[in-house]
Amino acid sequence: MSANGKTLFEKVWEAHSVRRLPNGQTQLFIGTHLIHEVTSPQAFAMLRELGLGVRFPHRTFATVDHIVPTDERNEPFADPLADEMIKAIRKNCRDFGITYFDIASGHQGIIHIVGPEQGITQPGTTIACGDSHTSTHGAFGAVAFGIGTSQVRDILATQTMALSPLKVRRLNVSGRLGPGVYSKDVILHIIRTLGVNGGTGFAYEYGGDVFDGFSMEDRMTVCNMSIEGGARVGYVNPDEKTFAYLKGRPHAPKGADWDRAVARWRAVASDPGCHYDDVVEFRAEEIRPTVTWGINPGQAVFIDETIPRPDGVPAAERASVEEALAHMKLRAGQPVRGIPINVAFLGSCTNGRFNDFVEVARHLKGRKVAPGVRAIAVPGSQAVGRLLAEKGIDRVFRDAGFDWRDAGCSMCLAMNPDKLVGDELCASSSNRNFKGRQGSPTGRTILMSPLMVAAAAITGEVSDAREVFQTP
Amino acid sequence: MPLQKISQVVGRCVPIPGDDIDTDRIIPARFMKCVTFDGLGEYMFYDVRFDEARRPRPHPLNDPRFAGASILLSGNNFGCGSSREHAPQAIRRAGFGAIVAEGFAEIFFGNSTTLGMPCVSASRADIASIATIVQADPSKELTIDLRQKSLAIGGMTFPLDIRESARAALLAGEWDPIAQLLDGATDVDRVAASLPYVQAPAH
Repeated sequence: MSANGKTLFEKVWEAHSVRRLPNGQTQLFIGTHLIHEVTSPQAFAMLRELGLGVRFPHRTFATVDHIVPTDERNEPFADPLADEMIKAIRKNCRDFGITYFDIASGHQGIIHIVGPEQGITQPGTTIACGDSHTSTHGAFGAVAFGIGTSQVRDILATQTMALSPLKVRRLNVSGRLGPGVYSKDVILHIIRTLGVNGGTGFAYEYGGDVFDGFSMEDRMTVCNMSIEGGARVGYVNPDEKTFAYLKGRPHAPKGADWDRAVARWRAVASDPGCHYDDVVEFRAEEIRPTVTWGINPGQAVFIDETIPRPDGVPAAERASVEEALAHMKLRAGQPVRGIPINVAFLGSCTNGRFNDFVEVARHLKGRKVAPGVRAIAVPGSQAVGRLLAEKGIDRVFRDAGFDWRDAGCSMCLAMNPDKLVGDELCASSSNRNFKGRQGSPTGRTILMSPLMVAAAAITGEVSDAREVFQTP
Repeated sequence: MPLQKISQVVGRCVPIPGDDIDTDRIIPARFMKCVTFDGLGEYMFYDVRFDEARRPRPHPLNDPRFAGASILLSGNNFGCGSSREHAPQAIRRAGFGAIVAEGFAEIFFGNSTTLGMPCVSASRADIASIATIVQADPSKELTIDLRQKSLAIGGMTFPLDIRESARAALLAGEWDPIAQLLDGATDVDRVAASLPYVQAPAH
């Protein structure tokens, strides 16, 4: 511990440490546990098998997101397996007294969008969820872990889990982003630069001018994809924007409790002069709109660049590049601009928030999706969808030819009926371009910012949104 | 119920070359539409083992020479991506007892350890040497020795690396921490009482 102060990670870790376990790990208290239908049913089964209850039922919150259809939502669902899963989470939450945001509540959505919008996600807390994109909640200065199902069981039974501490890497992005460059480009650029496993063993603390200027939504987009860079945890120190976002939300503290909470939240931020295990600097001006061309999120280039040649990369990466080119059916040296697309997907826990759709709509008004392109827009939560509809923003997407849907994870991982077919290529605002990720084993994914997805939808090919929409 | 103390895993290997093998590849999401882990073993690496008409593709896991292998051999950043425990569960249920790779993604490593399935690292060159031995004679058995931190096959020995806390838990038969976590109940209550957000009534 440095004499000059502590990082947020260290402060939160210390406040939640229960004891040291015999193998040297820490038993860590998890104050907020989020669950969904895919990774929790086996945990409840294990709990029942062991004859255990839920230790702090008021600290677990649930919703249904991965398997829900985004068009026909009446139950029973057409897919009997999906129907069995929604019934299971409903029953488990009822049996154990857990708050559950069901479809009928009007508060259902992707768990990483529901947590913040309900005010459940708060600074200085520990959060865990059986989903790797739990790092999203770090945008609020929480320390948030993606976990497996056995750990879901551990937290249900004890509100703790066994963990080894992480090192902390500070990532500074200084300067100003150019027009048409978004938080998505920042995180894709970071992953491309540091590698898909560059963050293994680290928590990423994001900061600098760009993060100071970012909205909470932008911070969530970056923290969300920390895991794609190998970092299990990513966070931004809480500030006035964090507090303003949370004030008045259903689960946020009220009255005198609010003032006390804000004082605690201010104090939990990393101290000036604290020690970081590593520091990496980025210049905002160097970041341009970024798109992936391969089969992991680190295989990315700026929109005006060409796809790497296998003989132009280090020998250790050559096989990966060749495998990616073969799957993507792309040529080495080919410009990424102009790659024809079949599908455009707007949504996911990365880019399915209110601001994402507002920003796209601002440019999309009056434009049309290219003939032959299937475009779907999926709000990340029912609340996001409702707010967009109140402001008439859904109309902009419908008029442009987007299919406007109900909330869920949808085509990010295609556990519901929204899937690619055959080797369709999708311009996607989601987080993973793994082989088969969007539901077809031969399907292809190109990750990009929401506005770049809209540009691709309109032109029918991977395009520079700055040109398509003539951003200043 | 005491857990098995795991100090050695001995078995034949199947090399699955490549870096960044993600958990979507290990178990495609459509097979996670289930409320138990039973039966996941048969879907391990499904989309690289079978084509869309369910015909087997050329893949080490379909190669009869490697049938009965119980140790996976792979590249760097194995198990990256989704936190789905379905991935190590599928590997375990397909009959594997350990994975040797250049490196592991963090969440996958923890999930596997909790199932008593050691994930051990070795250098790229040593994994290549082991793969060469196995390719020449798939009947050769690899011995993973957690006490000695070594890999032995065909008269050759290589060093292995594994996070010390995982090694200690496997050797002590404490790789599933639930019993210890339950034992800490008094301390858990003390920490819970010190955290205002945990104490606050639900709204």
